[in-house]
Amino acid sequence: MASVEIRNAVKKYGEVQVIHGVDIDVGDGEFVVLVGPSGCGKSTLLRMIAGLEEISGGTISIADEVVNDLEPKERNIAMVFQNYALYPHMTVAENMGFSLRLSRVSKDEAKAKVENAADILGLGALLDRYPGQLSGGQRQRVAMGRAIVRDPKVFLFDEPLSNLDAKLRVQMRAEIKALHRRLKTTTVYVTHDQVEAMTMADRIVIMRDGHIQQIGTPLELYDNPQSMFVAGFIGSPSINFIPGTLKDGTFHGIGGLSFASDGPEGDAVAAIRPNKLGLSPGGSEWDVLEVEPTGAETMLMLQAGEVQITISVSDRTTLEPGDKTGLSALPGDVMLFDPKTEKRIL
Amino acid sequence: MSKRNKHIPVTKGQATTVRIIWMIVSGILGILILFPLLWMVSIAFRTSEQTFTSQLIAPDATLANFVHVFTEVPFLLYMWNSFFVSTMVTVIALFFHTMAGYALARLRFPGREFIFLAIFSTFLVSLPVIIVPLFVIVKSMGMLNSYAGLIIPAIFNAFGIFLLRQYYLSIPREIEEAALIDGASYWRIYLSIILPLSKPIMSALAILFFLTNWNSFLWPLTIASDPSLWMVQVGIANFSSQYAASWNYMMAASTVVAIPTLVLFIVFQKQIMDSLKTSGLK
Ligand SMILES: Nc1ncnc2c1ncn2[C@@H]1O[C@H](COP(=O)(O)OP(=O)(O)OP(=O)(O)O)[C@@H](O)[C@H]1O
Ligand SMILES: [Mg+2]
Repeated sequence: MASVEIRNAVKKYGEVQVIHGVDIDVGDGEFVVLVGPSGCGKSTLLRMIAGLEEISGGTISIADEVVNDLEPKERNIAMVFQNYALYPHMTVAENMGFSLRLSRVSKDEAKAKVENAADILGLGALLDRYPGQLSGGQRQRVAMGRAIVRDPKVFLFDEPLSNLDAKLRVQMRAEIKALHRRLKTTTVYVTHDQVEAMTMADRIVIMRDGHIQQIGTPLELYDNPQSMFVAGFIGSPSINFIPGTLKDGTFHGIGGLSFASDGPEGDAVAAIRPNKLGLSPGGSEWDVLEVEPTGAETMLMLQAGEVQITISVSDRTTLEPGDKTGLSALPGDVMLFDPKTEKRIL
Repeated sequence: MSKRNKHIPVTKGQATTVRIIWMIVSGILGILILFPLLWMVSIAFRTSEQTFTSQLIAPDATLANFVHVFTEVPFLLYMWNSFFVSTMVTVIALFFHTMAGYALARLRFPGREFIFLAIFSTFLVSLPVIIVPLFVIVKSMGMLNSYAGLIIPAIFNAFGIFLLRQYYLSIPREIEEAALIDGASYWRIYLSIILPLSKPIMSALAILFFLTNWNSFLWPLTIASDPSLWMVQVGIANFSSQYAASWNYMMAASTVVAIPTLVLFIVFQKQIMDSLKTSGLK
């Protein structure tokens, strides 16, 4: 097992810089998820760790050894790709045993390792099949098996679940977590799905345009986002932003939302989770656009001026689209951001 | 519903008509192509007096022409030469072309695009255009009248390299990256991943290379004046100058020569069709 240290890592493709000096520490046995919108550089960073992309600047260390100039095979990592990347002409057993064959592990030992991995992943009955004869979930498992048999220091996953349907994705998510609990191998996992990040990660790294926005545990990021980007990225349904101004110790927001606040005076954006907003039947500033009962709770889409928000309430409501309502929030549930820098004020 | 019921028989009828027309057209085309072959076989069984009669099956069919071809002329030697040269060219060409195609598809090195364009541009030049300079080069290398002279210049085939390169480009890069992480070198990836994956296209190319060389005429004629190095097509062409009107012998020899082609075609029909499809010539 090993830690991964990324120090001021930079990646340039010619003139274009796609990773701008990134620092990440992945502890021994930790499960770290890189998450961010498409094109933010997650895969690039992961491939730099794997040795599939050159590192243009900075250093990457695995188990306290700088690996910048090491070949992928010398880094003792294993990677699982989005499209599985199984060898189509090899059986499941051969796919999993390929690395062992290359490193001249004895036949018996290789067989034992492959069978052990197959047991863990429930692939025992499929060892003689070819990848073309497997379902998507089974292929994904074989790809993981191929990673496990090598007993690497670090697992790298690049959106391993995004080719699976929703139900299977949830199941495989749990399996990967269980696998990690069992093997305790340091893991870096890339996804653009914040739910996947929240449910799987020990710590999440949120990236945007090649920069790190924030690093923290799932709940830290949820409770304490340092920027509007992070606040908007984490949480489902996403957080509501309501612009307004702070004056004389009170925030006055669009749609009549106001509460006491001791932030600095000036323009500010209030960010409130959908479940932290309440309806105040007396008001009439917000138009009800949509009412979506889900049974346990009801989602409402509201609009005031240019601003649209979502709220979820746990008791049933008699409101219908076209009605008007008011909103209330407790000061403790509101975060304030600077609309220019998009950074957290309060 | 009633409307639909009315329409379906009409469209079906139209479809049938179209299909019948297509069948007739392809039937005619088939006959146009097959007829000369049938005629070849027919003449092969006739005596020299009856060569130019118009019956398809001559009244006194004979095997004498075949006997003549195999006894009076070293035709078995010609066939051996053709077989040897075609096989060597095929094996060596596949060995080099797969590597060239892989390098052009995957490895990064300066001048790669230029080399690819240079190879590609030879599509525009046919053998007769370059045969004189090629002859001069091969002669100056001392390969006149040798197997090397027959084999080496026939190896390079831009189409083969092009086809393989395109095929390798279509293999997901992640498969090779996975192998890289699994500890494979470039050479190991080529041997254990790329070659096995390109089996179908390689067998298609093998057939193509073999048949092209089995049927080649102009280059063997140019480079080998020594009769012991003649390949079958040269041997056949030579009947006409040796015996002024020996069409019956020529046709008998041609029939024999066509047999391997036919066998290859029947056995490897699927691969040949695949190669035509992948090359976009279908
Ligand atoms: N070979 C390359 N040459 C130039 N730019 C590249 C190259 N590969 C990737 N990029 C750029 O680098 C940026 C990051 O790409 P990357 O694949 O890491 O994104 P990602 O975060 O994994 O996105 P996704 O969620 O879509 O997979 C993108 O803007 C992309 O256009
Ligand atoms: Mg990606």
